[in-house]
Amino acid sequence: MLDAGRHPNIEILAYSEVESVKGRAGAFTAKVRRKARFINEELCNACGDCMAKCPRKVPDDFDMHLRDRRAVYLYFAQGIPAVATIDKDHCTYFEKGKCRLCERVCQKEAVDFEQKDKILNLSVDAIVVATGLDVFDPTPMTQYGYGRIKNVITGLEYERLINATGPTGGHLYRPSDGTLAKKVAYIQCVGSRDLNYCKHCSSVCCMYAIKDAMLAREHDVEANSHIFHTDFRNVGKWFQEYEQKGKDLYGINYVRGRVGEVQEDKDGNPVVWYEDTQKREVKSLTFDLVVLSVAAMPAKGSEELAKILGIELDDSGFVRVRAGEPADTSRPGIFSCGFCNGPVDIPESVSQASAAAMRVAETILPQVKVASG
Amino acid sequence: MSPEPEKEMKGKRDKPEKGSPVDRAGGESRRQEVDAAPAGEIRIGAFICNCGTNIAGFLDAKDVSDYARMLPNVVFSRENLFSCSEAGVTDIKNAIKEHKLNRVVVAACTPRTHEPLFRAACEEAGLNKFLFEFVNIREHCSWVHKGERDIATQKAKDLVRMGVARATRLEPKEEITTDVKRTALVIGGGISGLTCALSLARRGFMVTLVEREKELGGLLRYVNVLYPSGVSAGTFVASRIKEVKKSSRIEVLTSSTVQNVKGYIGDYVVSVSSKDRKSRDVNCGVIVVATGANQLVPEGHFGYDGKKVVSQLQLEGMLRQGKLKSKRIVMILCAGARIRERVYCSKICCMTSIKNATLIKKTVPGASVHLLYRDLQCYGVANEEAYLGAKAMGVRFVNYSLENPPVVENGRVRVSSPLSGREMSIETDLVVLASPLVPREGAEVVSRMLKVPLDENKFFLEAHVKLRPMDFATDGIYVCGTAHWPASVSESISQALGAASHASIPLTRGYVKVEPIVSELVDEEACRGCGMCAAVCPYGAVEIVETDKGPKARMIEVACKGCGVCAASCYKRAIGISHYTDEQLDAQVRAYLKGDE
Repeated sequence: MLDAGRHPNIEILAYSEVESVKGRAGAFTAKVRRKARFINEELCNACGDCMAKCPRKVPDDFDMHLRDRRAVYLYFAQGIPAVATIDKDHCTYFEKGKCRLCERVCQKEAVDFEQKDKILNLSVDAIVVATGLDVFDPTPMTQYGYGRIKNVITGLEYERLINATGPTGGHLYRPSDGTLAKKVAYIQCVGSRDLNYCKHCSSVCCMYAIKDAMLAREHDVEANSHIFHTDFRNVGKWFQEYEQKGKDLYGINYVRGRVGEVQEDKDGNPVVWYEDTQKREVKSLTFDLVVLSVAAMPAKGSEELAKILGIELDDSGFVRVRAGEPADTSRPGIFSCGFCNGPVDIPESVSQASAAAMRVAETILPQVKVASG
Repeated sequence: MSPEPEKEMKGKRDKPEKGSPVDRAGGESRRQEVDAAPAGEIRIGAFICNCGTNIAGFLDAKDVSDYARMLPNVVFSRENLFSCSEAGVTDIKNAIKEHKLNRVVVAACTPRTHEPLFRAACEEAGLNKFLFEFVNIREHCSWVHKGERDIATQKAKDLVRMGVARATRLEPKEEITTDVKRTALVIGGGISGLTCALSLARRGFMVTLVEREKELGGLLRYVNVLYPSGVSAGTFVASRIKEVKKSSRIEVLTSSTVQNVKGYIGDYVVSVSSKDRKSRDVNCGVIVVATGANQLVPEGHFGYDGKKVVSQLQLEGMLRQGKLKSKRIVMILCAGARIRERVYCSKICCMTSIKNATLIKKTVPGASVHLLYRDLQCYGVANEEAYLGAKAMGVRFVNYSLENPPVVENGRVRVSSPLSGREMSIETDLVVLASPLVPREGAEVVSRMLKVPLDENKFFLEAHVKLRPMDFATDGIYVCGTAHWPASVSESISQALGAASHASIPLTRGYVKVEPIVSELVDEEACRGCGMCAAVCPYGAVEIVETDKGPKARMIEVACKGCGVCAASCYKRAIGISHYTDEQLDAQVRAYLKGDE
């Protein structure tokens, strides 16, 4: 991210959306709305003085609402560009017409309440779609108790809890009573491989569940984890070795079996009812915390974007690429890479991204003249 | 306090300084300006950044600035609200000119973000950019010592004192550049190598494609159809081969192998020997490894005999040639994979099996197919769909466990399935084993010649498993396809295009530029040519050459990353790192140990 931010050939238009695309390969015009941040990007250097003074607290999206941010905020500390944004919907000044504390404390005079959305008409030769994914909201799957049982959380919420920069400083304090979770269950395929929700396999959850369970153990030697899985899909380079390591060195219990229901006991502990399909027995186990490996799906808004770009999506809503040309969408001059093409892990995303870059170069750059001999 | 040298100096200079654009004047005048300080006099300017409140909120930046001015060789110091701002940078540039600074120390944040900016400021003011020293008093100090103002201030002073000590010993340096020959060598003519070569050729580069076998096409020549498109693999690969042969920029050398590799990024000489023509040297700027993989012949697994118990690749052949006669087919997956002797999962065998099972159900009336698996690897969208499709068509999926594997005997396969809890005995007239991809035998030789590593399974080992899957640590050499790890055709094509993209960066530029922070043979006399440095270098940047004085280490500067491992390993202390010399580091340590004087 930092490399992209620093690269002289890359102009980053963050907090911006594509509204329309006209033209053809080699001569597109893209209309881009740069949403007003109410902060001058040129001046702001993300020092944080405004955030320290802002009186208005808002649940933090990046931290999965596990803590609050201010109405003027950085989405996350390492974000590029490092520029604060005023959240108009929650800012006291926009709501009540007074405050402007941020403006007063900003030594760079970067706050600009008069800023308006800007429309840019960009002339571009090629377009790359790399819109990634969003995760499935498991609330409708009432059997898992998400939203009802406090100690049932999603994988992304867990990521914030176990992260040293997260709301708990990396300690696995469970939501109900703030005690340290020691016995953790990871339930796989929540919303994935499920004909009622996403029929596709999200590809990355088996591995991240193992990683998460390893992290729990690294943070706390008494941590004990169970992963409830169906097919255990660890296919990438050294993934089988990783799975083995999780079992041998981290004491993770792999249980083949789908979870039928999660209940809550009187102490707020989630009780996982499952069928051990290897032994064909219905059993239950009580945990401190349950983590749902929820399905990864096309990013919100991909359908509208596909319409704007005039590209095809597949039945699951991912970008349809051409057979034999995995970086080419259905429309010439528009390429795509990463999770928006379907579930992929990091190395695969990186190779697809380089492939898309190469296809762009092949398509729009003049051939390099090489003197023969 | 600093002296006011500009008054004395004025008049000695025949050029106006303010507003004189240095770039126009070129390198010569830059040096003149630097030399404006009396010969041998070190004149350091120190700039202490407040970073708003990020630094000044936790330590006394003014105090640090006053302290810096008392240090030896420091003639000017100042604190800035933001050194990285327009005003801060202008301040530095003006001070260089006004105070005849010939070294600049900025104490601020991390070099990761702003070193290029401050270096550029020095350069614009006529100072060689390697005469700049960055001291980190934010990440290394204010941020980690919040609430300890006095201690943080003292530590910032220590860090600045050390930076000044090093700055005193800095020397002007020039970046190292080397030309890149705008040609590529691709090793391997399977789908990855073909795709990579075509892509590079489309960008205008000359490519030599070396294939060990008589014809191009690799493993795909033996495959029946591609999944999920249903396109004939032969037709697909043939069309790529046709394109390659048509391209005026691709030279194809079949029945050829790489014998020897010399050189480094930009300038490789690769000798290629061919069966039907004489050996020759190929001169190229970059090399792509696309040597592919082969299917393990499942000897010793589940009664493999090549007749009644065959491999998936053999089944592909039968399907391709319309020779499949059997009707009761049992496929056993993980034949030779995910076992103690070969731990890895080969990623593609589940889908190959499902593809063939579906095809058989579609094309052979009355056929039954049982697919015996441990974990079905139908990751993603299309794979899961194919699996559901196969189930809908009546392919029977039977789970088995590693502890209790299927037994093949006289026209039957006995398997106990934990999922159904049943012992099954399936009648069969053909058992098909899905065995893993294994690296080509030649991989080890190629690895040795190119000095790029293999992993424990003998697949090529990339520079970074997540972020640099197509690069080697050594610049100028790239990897794609199944040489790196089992991959589907589509994944191989992505990687091939990706490798082409990375390889085309130095090819397009036509040169490679590196910072002059590289290892150097500082004491040639001391070097015994023992070769320890060459052995430990992860980048192939050290070689041992014969000289008049015997064997000596020679550094390939453009390949060197300045990691210093060669210097650390040299028991004769003959190797140093330029811009991080022993003397400079020693001065820093001594400055710390000395404390305030």
